Amino acid sequence: MYRFNYHKPDDMDAAQQMMADAEDGVYLSGGMTLIPTLKARLASPTDVIDLSGLALSGIELADDSLTIGALTLHSEVAAGNEISSLSNLALAIGDAQVRNRGTIGGSIANSDPGADYPAAVVALGATINTTAGAIDADDFFQGLFETALKPGAIVTSVTFPLPVRAAYEKFPNPASRYAVVGVMVAETNGGVRVGVTGAGPCAYRQRNFEQALADNFSVAALDGLEVDYAEFNSDIHASAEYRGHLVGVMARRAVAQIT
Amino acid sequence: MEISLTVNGTEHTTDVPDNSLLVEIIRERLNLTGTHVGCDTSQCGACTIHMDGRSVKSCTVLAGQADGADITTIEGIGTVDALHPMQEAFRENHALQCGFCTPGMIMSAIDLVENGKPLDERSVREGLEGNLCRCTGYHNIVKAVLDAQDKM
Ligand SMILES: Cc1cc2nc3c(=O)[nH]c(=O)nc-3n(C[C@H](O)[C@H](O)[C@H](O)COP(=O)(O)OP(=O)(O)OC[C@H]3O[C@@H](n4cnc5c(N)ncnc54)[C@H](O)[C@@H]3O)c2cc1C
Ligand code: FES
Ligand code: FES
Repeated sequence: MYRFNYHKPDDMDAAQQMMADAEDGVYLSGGMTLIPTLKARLASPTDVIDLSGLALSGIELADDSLTIGALTLHSEVAAGNEISSLSNLALAIGDAQVRNRGTIGGSIANSDPGADYPAAVVALGATINTTAGAIDADDFFQGLFETALKPGAIVTSVTFPLPVRAAYEKFPNPASRYAVVGVMVAETNGGVRVGVTGAGPCAYRQRNFEQALADNFSVAALDGLEVDYAEFNSDIHASAEYRGHLVGVMARRAVAQIT
Repeated sequence: MEISLTVNGTEHTTDVPDNSLLVEIIRERLNLTGTHVGCDTSQCGACTIHMDGRSVKSCTVLAGQADGADITTIEGIGTVDALHPMQEAFRENHALQCGFCTPGMIMSAIDLVENGKPLDERSVREGLEGNLCRCTGYHNIVKAVLDAQDKM
């Protein structure tokens, strides 16, 4: 690791001030992505600002939504809540030790192409609450490790509207458990939404699947639908074409879970 | 920076570089070398310890993040004369060969038994996803954890 200054502010204003004052600062939550990156010398921030002293943890149920604090651990979401598809998703992240440190805010802010939570954020039509305002799921993920989060802003929580029914299925990388492809299918109060992670540079909605399922919510409705894989990721784990195929398979499995 | 942490019941206050890792403090400052480092990528779990009661990879925690924490390492769970039931089960079931992964396996397995649901073969395998063993093929490790579950 390169040298850096470590800070642990105890309120949001102090954290943002430290970021503003730093030459090249970075926020730290669970560290399950950032610390491996620092160890590999892929990043060399001057200042690491640990958010763990901020009161941003916990799961709160309102009439028709669930709000999860940014610092809430994967293991805490996995322990169970009103959105079972979300707790199942959290339980399938990495391994127990990663779930005991990693946070939902860190996962979403990072927008790793293989991260699980973004599929749920997109499929459930969540709102990402930040210190610089709320951002709609459809606008949040913008590319490989790229989001609509304003520079220096902190994700404070994520609000998930309660779905009528929803399920998540992923084809995990056998070593890391990151999603080679992961699909969440949700019937929400705003219609059917299908969120895909792992396949492209960032999470997105598979609109032709949504239309087909809106007409007929069944596994058969997805038969023969095309997935445009031209811009998909291609690596030693899976070609773009194979990922395209997996989107259909994971979506059918997800629909089968809830029909 | 100065940090204070409790390790195996003893409080330590020490001055450390800002970029040090918890595992470096444990091994190099406190000379508790039972906690191993097997990889550079946060994947092998050999460095697993308990931080405030839950299993974490100490190679992926900054020293500053552990300030004020209650840490238990493999040295803190039993003695040579009175092994922890999990250690005893590993011995009884021949759950180790070279032993490099064993401290991390045991710390993960204890968390799994203490903080989880009743275990079967499948849930032990899933629960130990974050611990790699290059020798045993896992079979006897799973047997040992199921055996220890009944004795803990
Ligand atoms: C072995 C291993 C396996 C894994 N497997 C999976 C998997 O199967 N699926 C999966 O989805 N993930 C996986 N992960 C990643 C894990 O889920 C991370 O915990 C998560 O992606 C990042 O969360 P974090 O809290 O650790 O963030 P950190 O590592 O602390 O931060 C990540 C990034 O987000 C920024 N950030 C953090 N919090 C905030 C905030 N509140 N506001 C603004 N910016 C913020 C940081 O500056 C940094 O750039 C794995 C990790 C490891 C080490
Ligand atoms: S040393 Fe491999 S996970 Fe920590
Ligand atoms: S016993 Fe050798 S790595 Fe597990």
